[in-house]
Amino acid sequence: MDFLNALIAFLNFVFVPGLAYGAQLALGALGITLIYGILRFSNFAHGDTMAFGTMVTIYTTWGLQAAGITLGVLPTALLGLPVGIAATAFLTLATDRIIYKFYRKNKALPTVLVMVSMGVMFVLNGIVRLFIGVEEQNFADGERFLISTGDFKAMTGLAEGLAIKSTQAITVIVAVLVVTWLFWFLQKTRTGKSMRAFSDNEELALLSSINPDRVVQMTWIIAAALATIAGVLYGLDKSFKPFTYFQLLLPIFAAAIVGGLGNPLGAIAGGFIIAFSEVTVTYAWTKVLTYVLPESMAPKNLIQLISTDYKLAVSFVILILVLLFMPTGLFKGKSV
Amino acid sequence: MAEPFLIGEAMTGGYGGADILHDCTISVEKGQIAVIVGPNGAGKSTAMKAMFGMLKLRTGHVRLAGENITALSPQDRVAKGMGFVPQTHNIFTSMTVEENLEMGAFIRRDDFADTLAQVYDLFPILKQKRFQPAGELSGGQRQQVAVGRALMTQPKVLMLDEPTAGISPIIMGELFERIIEIARTGISIMMVEQNARQALDIADKGYVLVQGSNRFTGTGTTLLANPEVRRSFLGG
Repeated sequence: MDFLNALIAFLNFVFVPGLAYGAQLALGALGITLIYGILRFSNFAHGDTMAFGTMVTIYTTWGLQAAGITLGVLPTALLGLPVGIAATAFLTLATDRIIYKFYRKNKALPTVLVMVSMGVMFVLNGIVRLFIGVEEQNFADGERFLISTGDFKAMTGLAEGLAIKSTQAITVIVAVLVVTWLFWFLQKTRTGKSMRAFSDNEELALLSSINPDRVVQMTWIIAAALATIAGVLYGLDKSFKPFTYFQLLLPIFAAAIVGGLGNPLGAIAGGFIIAFSEVTVTYAWTKVLTYVLPESMAPKNLIQLISTDYKLAVSFVILILVLLFMPTGLFKGKSV
Repeated sequence: MAEPFLIGEAMTGGYGGADILHDCTISVEKGQIAVIVGPNGAGKSTAMKAMFGMLKLRTGHVRLAGENITALSPQDRVAKGMGFVPQTHNIFTSMTVEENLEMGAFIRRDDFADTLAQVYDLFPILKQKRFQPAGELSGGQRQQVAVGRALMTQPKVLMLDEPTAGISPIIMGELFERIIEIARTGISIMMVEQNARQALDIADKGYVLVQGSNRFTGTGTTLLANPEVRRSFLGG
């Protein structure tokens, strides 16, 4: 038995990847939950908004690289990120002006708005593929590892190594910064408070002379920023492929609903719950178990609950269970 | 006699279908309390909402300090100095008491610390619970938050839609006292009340509405003394 090596293997294959993935989902789910809380519909176009923002960031990154500008050990994409956010904010504001505003003025039902957002999703889907294609794109540069397996083994003398990719570290750091800023903004600023008031009680917000157009615009800008940041972090950590981003919609929605739609804290918790569930059930536990169990009981096969091909099923099952037994989620959001 | 401070004159209209108000006139003088009572479905709340611009009048008009405000939106009327406390959903439940009051002052760009202090003086319990989510308060305290929120704009007229609905008689008495106090500072109060007897007791002017029209109008005391009003609307 060797608990230390088991722990390192667990950290290396489950905890660290889960943490980074969870942070990416949390950022995506925050966007969903914000739009749900304030605009009162489930935005199915969010995954493709992430793809659009990432695409613009990739183009900017390529441009910077071609011009010989890089960020040294950090990925150049971080420099391209503001451009991606600005372009995506412009896109969401334009979509709102051209499409959503019409339905809002007509007091359309939330279900109608969901269908409208699906239309927007398909259009964005097409736009992204038209420009960047359907292929996988890698745009990460800079230092690849914060700690590599080799270094870790040499440092500790353990049989198992722990690798921390720089993109994983960047994901967690950026996510912490963004979430801290978002909570500060919502809790402390006048505009942030007016957004919460609008989400809480629209009629009374109007009676208090809170300008609904401004609240809606702020929401789209913040949602665009969150979507772009989440998309770029995911793309740096793994890779960018339009279809993958479309599929991300499911775990992101699951995260927002598990946490409680409309509740930002819930979105973050939900992101990590979904990420860790996905990673733990698709990880082959043989290595960890071999270290922990006596030799006679050591597993001979993979001990993988389900194949990674089915990882989306995890979100789906969690989503259904939550909707069946806890429709307002862990943090008492709005019922779907 | 000069025109009342706020008057809805000969109002006729409804929510789009059939008219609910028929040639209904309601007014309040500066620093006084006007109370609207009447049976269920008499159009009491509708009359007040009409004065606040929440429904379109077919005929008639609303004037505030002599100015015709019939065409203004509720938001614009807030800017003109009118405050409205809806009957239900009148607080931001997920926000703290203090944040509720801050949202009330949203249109103000100046320092509203003074007004905040005044509201806390008027409702000391709110100061104690300022950092608590308003949704966790009792019914009477929520009503105080709702009235406090409307006071934050320093309105000249405060309109209350059944402020005592669902709160205990003791708390109701206290709330009425606070309302008298508010009126003494020069703010005109117009309110719709189910508890007709207690409300008319503090009213300078009372209106009995039936089916969207004025049935009786007079000072609170006159209405309370009127045998017909007593028999039909105050239960003897």
